[in-house]
Amino acid sequence: MASTFDQVADIIADTCDIDRDKITPESHAINDLGIDSLDFLDIAFAIDKAFGIKMPLEQWTQEVNDGKVSTEEYFVLGNLCRHIDLLREAKAA
Amino acid sequence: MLLEYFQMVDRIEAIDPAADTIRTVCNVPMQSPVFMGHFPGFPRLPGALMIETMAQTGGWLVLARLKFVKMPFLTRVESAKLRRFVEPGEILNGEATLVHDGSGFAVIEAVISSGGQKVASAEIRYVVGPFPNDTIRGAMLFKAREIGFPADCLPEVRPPEDRPPEDRPHAE
Repeated sequence: MASTFDQVADIIADTCDIDRDKITPESHAINDLGIDSLDFLDIAFAIDKAFGIKMPLEQWTQEVNDGKVSTEEYFVLGNLCRHIDLLREAKAA
Repeated sequence: MLLEYFQMVDRIEAIDPAADTIRTVCNVPMQSPVFMGHFPGFPRLPGALMIETMAQTGGWLVLARLKFVKMPFLTRVESAKLRRFVEPGEILNGEATLVHDGSGFAVIEAVISSGGQKVASAEIRYVVGPFPNDTIRGAMLFKAREIGFPADCLPEVRPPEDRPPEDRPHAE
């Protein structure tokens, strides 16, 4: 079974037409991969569907805007995948 | 429909909050300046306005679910199919179903039919955010009541005595 990262990377590659080899756990979705806000919504939809979750994007955005966390917390793919796994665990509990 | 004002929905037939569905009625006018150009001697509802009709049908559903706390803005149209021409005078029935309630976005599947036959369909995506100002929110609430929005899908109106002093109507 593919890892969370592999599934997310495949979604990003497919949704945004980005070379799969360029997508790594250290990649920043915006700064490194050039994903804009509209593309990120498409990615979010695909991730929500694939994993059966609802990523709290508005809450995450507010935390970044309030200075509580940096953008890396949610937009570096390794970190994003960690949060996805937490959401999946919470849903399963 | 008021084509020149981009108001496509004439009446809300039903909203089912449990099923996340909406049905609308959209009457294509017999005459409109739009038809003078589209096309001379061959008036037909533009395909772009068939898509807009689907987007507005879905948009009203999103507004109902949010009780007008936020509003949807069209961001993407997927898999749009425009199956046949729509002529002046046709009565279109719109239907939309919420496919996904995302955080800050929504996805619906919409269909418009005429005489029981599907004439168009699409997946519509919206970003959902704050109303830009009170004017647009007020206008949309007014329109919602005009087209028959169910009361339980509208924001609660608090009686004057329950509102903060600055929100109470002042005596003349």
